[in-house]
Amino acid sequence: MKRQSLLHPGLNLGSTDEYSHDEAEPVIFGFWVFLMADLVLFAILFATYASMSVQGQAGGPSPTDVFDLPSAFIETMLLLSSSITFGMASLALKYKADRLHLVFWLVLTFCLGAGFIGMEVRDFWIMTQQGAVPQRSGFLSAFYMLVATHGIHVTAGLCWMIVMLVQLRVLGRTTEVKLRLMRLALFWHMLDIVWVCIFTFVYLFGVAL
Amino acid sequence: MTDEHVETYAQDFKSYCIGGLLAFMLTALAFGLVIFEILPHFERLIALAILAVAQIIVHFRYFLHISWHSHRDDLQLVLFTSLILFLMVGGTIWILFNLHERMM
Repeated sequence: MKRQSLLHPGLNLGSTDEYSHDEAEPVIFGFWVFLMADLVLFAILFATYASMSVQGQAGGPSPTDVFDLPSAFIETMLLLSSSITFGMASLALKYKADRLHLVFWLVLTFCLGAGFIGMEVRDFWIMTQQGAVPQRSGFLSAFYMLVATHGIHVTAGLCWMIVMLVQLRVLGRTTEVKLRLMRLALFWHMLDIVWVCIFTFVYLFGVAL
Repeated sequence: MTDEHVETYAQDFKSYCIGGLLAFMLTALAFGLVIFEILPHFERLIALAILAVAQIIVHFRYFLHISWHSHRDDLQLVLFTSLILFLMVGGTIWILFNLHERMM
């Protein structure tokens, strides 16, 4: 039963693939350290935003004027659903021998993530049409910096997903491909955690303040 | 799948379902608080912050599978990072708001 213990963050392969399970530990630990460092980057952007959004409006639009809550809610639902569908992809990677389940959940996750990015770009477009551009005030500079940094991370995750779909097709379910997918899963779930902070401390606080 | 795997599959599947359900509920609560303007102003902000922390813990527990049984220093790393984040974000906000007050 020793294999039941968790060796690393994310879904452990355990006894379904003992070789890959042992290989995973150092690789995923290293990626975990990177993710923690990435969180520090986001924290600094949050700290900048927190002070800028209150003190740096420069007579321009306030958060209440420019934020569209229903749109933020839809984005939240898309990203949260994509986290769950990626969970299903992780389960397929661990338990299902065929490629079809895995590819289905990955493609579904990709579509939800792309929908999220589409909504976000649409939000930014509407805001710029209203004159809320980054150079208008410190609040808007910090807002675009923070939210777009998250958006670029999600876009990078989408590109990574395409690469993994190609690798699944070409290389099949080798240990390397499995470990890469497990790291992508951690990356994706972590971005969802950052988004929880964004919708709470940027959108909801902005409207409630 | 062997019998053992059928059992662990059920456990793993349940973990994602519980996590997803909790996360959806916490998100809906947070948006509901703001859209329907429940609670007085200050309490609402506190409630939002608590809901966010709860949801972050749910994500770590059910999606990233971090728990007290985690191997190595996975959990310690999260906690240490949280400490660093708290110091940096809290310190920045404290100093900048204090400075703002003095300048006005």
